[in-house]
Amino acid sequence: MQPVVLVAEDETSIVESLNFILRRAGADVRISYDGEQAIRDIANVRPHAVVLDIMMPRKDGFEVLKATRANPDLAGLPIIMLTAKGQESDREKAEALGASAFMTKPFSNAEVVATVMQLAGQRLADCQASAATAPAADG
Amino acid sequence: MFSPVFAVTLSFGYLAFLFAVAFFTDRLRPHHKQSLVGSPVIYTLSISIYCTSWTFYGAVGSAAKNGLEFITIYLGPTLVFFAWWTVLRKMIRIASQQHTTSIADFISARYGKSARVSVLVTLIALTATTPYIALQLQAVATSFEALISTPTLSIRSSNFFGDIGFWVAVIMAVFVSLYGARLIDAKEQHAGVVAAIALESIVKLFAFVAIGLLVIFGLKLGTQGSPLAPEQLNQASAQVLSLRGGGALRWTALLFLSSAAVLCLPRQFQVTVVENRRERHLATASWLFPTYLFILCLFTVPIAITGLRLLPGSDPDLFVLSVPLFSGYSNWALFAYIGGLASATSMVIMASIALSIMMSNHLVMPLILRFEALGLSRSTDLTRVQILVRQANIAVLLLLGFLYYYLSRSNEGLAAMGLIAFAGVAQIFPALIGGLFWRDGTEVGALAGLAVGYLLWLYFLIFPTLQDTGWALVAGIPDPQGLFIAMDVDPLVGALFWSLSLNVLAYVSLSYASKANALERLQSAYFVDVFRSRRLGESALYERSAAVGDLYDLTQRFIGRDQTYRAFRSYAERQGIRGHLPKPDQNLVPFVERLLAGRIGAASARVMVASIATGETISMDAVIKILDETQQAIEYSHALEQKSTELEAIADQLRDANEQLKALDIMKDDFLSRVSHELRTPMTALRSLTEILTDTDDLSQDEQQRFLKVMAQESKRLTRLLDDILEVSRLESGMGVKLTDTVNPMQVMRDAIAVVEANASTAGVKLVNALPARWRLRALSDSDRLQQVFVNLLSNAIKYNNTPNPSVVVSAEKQDSYLLLHVQDNGPGISEKDQKTLFTKFSRSWQDVVETTTGSGLGLAISKQIVQQMNGEILVRTSLGQGARFSVKLPVFKAGSIEAADARAAMTASIKPE
Repeated sequence: MQPVVLVAEDETSIVESLNFILRRAGADVRISYDGEQAIRDIANVRPHAVVLDIMMPRKDGFEVLKATRANPDLAGLPIIMLTAKGQESDREKAEALGASAFMTKPFSNAEVVATVMQLAGQRLADCQASAATAPAADG
Repeated sequence: MFSPVFAVTLSFGYLAFLFAVAFFTDRLRPHHKQSLVGSPVIYTLSISIYCTSWTFYGAVGSAAKNGLEFITIYLGPTLVFFAWWTVLRKMIRIASQQHTTSIADFISARYGKSARVSVLVTLIALTATTPYIALQLQAVATSFEALISTPTLSIRSSNFFGDIGFWVAVIMAVFVSLYGARLIDAKEQHAGVVAAIALESIVKLFAFVAIGLLVIFGLKLGTQGSPLAPEQLNQASAQVLSLRGGGALRWTALLFLSSAAVLCLPRQFQVTVVENRRERHLATASWLFPTYLFILCLFTVPIAITGLRLLPGSDPDLFVLSVPLFSGYSNWALFAYIGGLASATSMVIMASIALSIMMSNHLVMPLILRFEALGLSRSTDLTRVQILVRQANIAVLLLLGFLYYYLSRSNEGLAAMGLIAFAGVAQIFPALIGGLFWRDGTEVGALAGLAVGYLLWLYFLIFPTLQDTGWALVAGIPDPQGLFIAMDVDPLVGALFWSLSLNVLAYVSLSYASKANALERLQSAYFVDVFRSRRLGESALYERSAAVGDLYDLTQRFIGRDQTYRAFRSYAERQGIRGHLPKPDQNLVPFVERLLAGRIGAASARVMVASIATGETISMDAVIKILDETQQAIEYSHALEQKSTELEAIADQLRDANEQLKALDIMKDDFLSRVSHELRTPMTALRSLTEILTDTDDLSQDEQQRFLKVMAQESKRLTRLLDDILEVSRLESGMGVKLTDTVNPMQVMRDAIAVVEANASTAGVKLVNALPARWRLRALSDSDRLQQVFVNLLSNAIKYNNTPNPSVVVSAEKQDSYLLLHVQDNGPGISEKDQKTLFTKFSRSWQDVVETTTGSGLGLAISKQIVQQMNGEILVRTSLGQGARFSVKLPVFKAGSIEAADARAAMTASIKPE
């Protein structure tokens, strides 16, 4: 089974490359172009990992992160933050809000792929495990 | 007994020794002299000339006759130095700042540098000192007579020349004038004399203590080898230790007299105030001088008791001498004689110097200076004249003293003569103390008080002592002493009470009745408030000018060539001028006046300077303004208030500036972070896509083409971003816009519409041109830049309009001399909060609204800068959901009008310099 990765990013050129490299790495990639859409999509799609840009229209990445972490259904969802500002205060804020990883633009493709796929694969495995054990527990 | 030759030799030897001390002290190098005379102990010892032969001989006599009453004479000064030394300090401070030369000068300075006051005080001092000097002559003559016991010379001789007193007076006159008057110093300080006087104080203390110790331990208070029974000793002791005399009133009167005397006696003023070199020496004197007096006082009692027991019936005023002489200690008697001589000479020296200064400055010199006919007052060097005058004064003074001694010698004891002198100088006391503490005392008041006191004193106390001599020529005047005795009042107490009461009454009432002139008020404030930091400058009141040369010549005549040269040169040095002639400034005339005051007294100096200084004007307003303390205080606090208000204003400005800086700092951070973001975004895409292209072998042709196209776009975006950043910074520094074209803004707008029309149709936005066709308006502008602004506004309106039926309407409006070009869309609008940051660089909220594809996010910031430099502005009217209307407001004029040229000129002038 393919892990599902949601990319929340407003810059189409970056979406283009992220979409390409993650697909090639074996992920099912979905795109959100602004913060509000991202919150909706995360709840609906239930991806195995989220690549989240910080500076986005409507709602920024921090708000999306906060909203996601506030949803108990989404506990344990890996969220990889992307920032173009490279400020240390952004990293601290992201960690405090519960981001799983933090990457600065411009990023290296290999690094992004490795981080995202590792977290997404882990999440996929966890989901499958709990799906397998849950009926056993019921029965 | 000693031979007259021996006694005379001894006396001359002592005087020669004193002279040597004075002479060599003056020859000392300045710093040695300073360390000798500059010591507080020397200062205190010189003050001890208070103890004259009156206290040396007379105190014992007084104790034998009147019991403990003599203590009051020591108690008064003790109280003054203990408790009132602040008064002395005040006098010293004023005197040193005003270059005071004598008590007459001091008091006259207080009452507006009044010549009349100084004359009157000098007269009083002269009259009061005369019996005092007589007293010294009598003491020396009597003691000399006692020492030699020869019939050829006597103090009772009927001719002048046979009288010892005459020769004593002559010798003293020579001795004193030899050095006292020779030295003329700008501040009338006499180091050599002070050293000699201090030495004399030691001599008399040692002599007195020696005799005291002799009678206690050598003579056992007269019991040694004496057949007298102990009860007679007790009787003598009881007599000395009794509180007999005039009772409480007389004691009070004596206490007051001695207190007043130590402040008012010319010689005490001379040593305490004029010769003072350091104010703090007074601190030492305030306990050391009372200690000196206490020692003298202590030994007076045993000497009196012993004298009463051993020599009953003999003159008690001579006990100090006669007790050792007649009990086989004649060498000790010599010592006592020297002590008495020291007491007398020190008093005569100091009193003569003080009085000769007063007499020459206030009586003789003013007269000489008025005699133009003598040819003295214009060119002559007067320093020699001054010396001669002083020497003559000393001779006159001693002659007067001798005459008084000669005429009144039969009837009074030493103490009585001393008290008369005290009562005389006490008449100065009200004017002195009032002058120091009472602001309202005036010249007229002081003159009245002094005159009344002086006349009553003459009548009550001097007149009776001369009655027997035939000098009291005015018949029919009742004998005041008889009056007081008839009223059962001690004559001294009565005389003192009435003379001083009426003196004070006249002083106070006439001070209130008269009006002080400007100088009086100035000096009054100066004296009363001398310890306040503010120093009143006379120059603030007077506008006086005089030629520097005239001032120089004048000064030279009074203080001599060398001193004048030095004084003027140091004044010039302070002005930074080389040479001896200073630049005339507002302080020069007062400076010269002070220099002269140090020599001839404040009043005469004032007259002399006035004779050559012109244009003297006194502004009463200025006087009142300066002198009114309340006003000063109010002004001062007002000034403080103003200051603090100013400070607050400055603090506010600083706070504001700080806020602005903080805001700018935040904006700068924001800008940098935004630039970073805007740069990183295309960079990220470029890097990532490059990696894909290099690392992926199996890319399809389509994919390759697509990625390369994105990369090209992102490269352009980067370039555009950099251009925009540069442009903003150029525009912000005032460059980049040239107002050289006369353009029709509406035509520029039409061109801009043509540029964006294609985009609009692609985006499906309806673009409506509602510009009026016939307005012939012109603006001074830069047509390319203006078009750039319009294109930017139109593009934004087209791009961000995501409504179902998007439209953009362009219209125009006239407002006074301005033209407004509106770009109205029906898009999402901008929230109120976001509008505030709309035109800042990379406004984040703007970014939120306009989002993506906008290039750099710098468009509006650039447009705003451009329009501002065209002396216009960009306005925005919008609310969320209601669309937005951006308007460019430009100053315009009618095409072809006369205003065109003016406007062009005006606008060119208002352009920022590049």
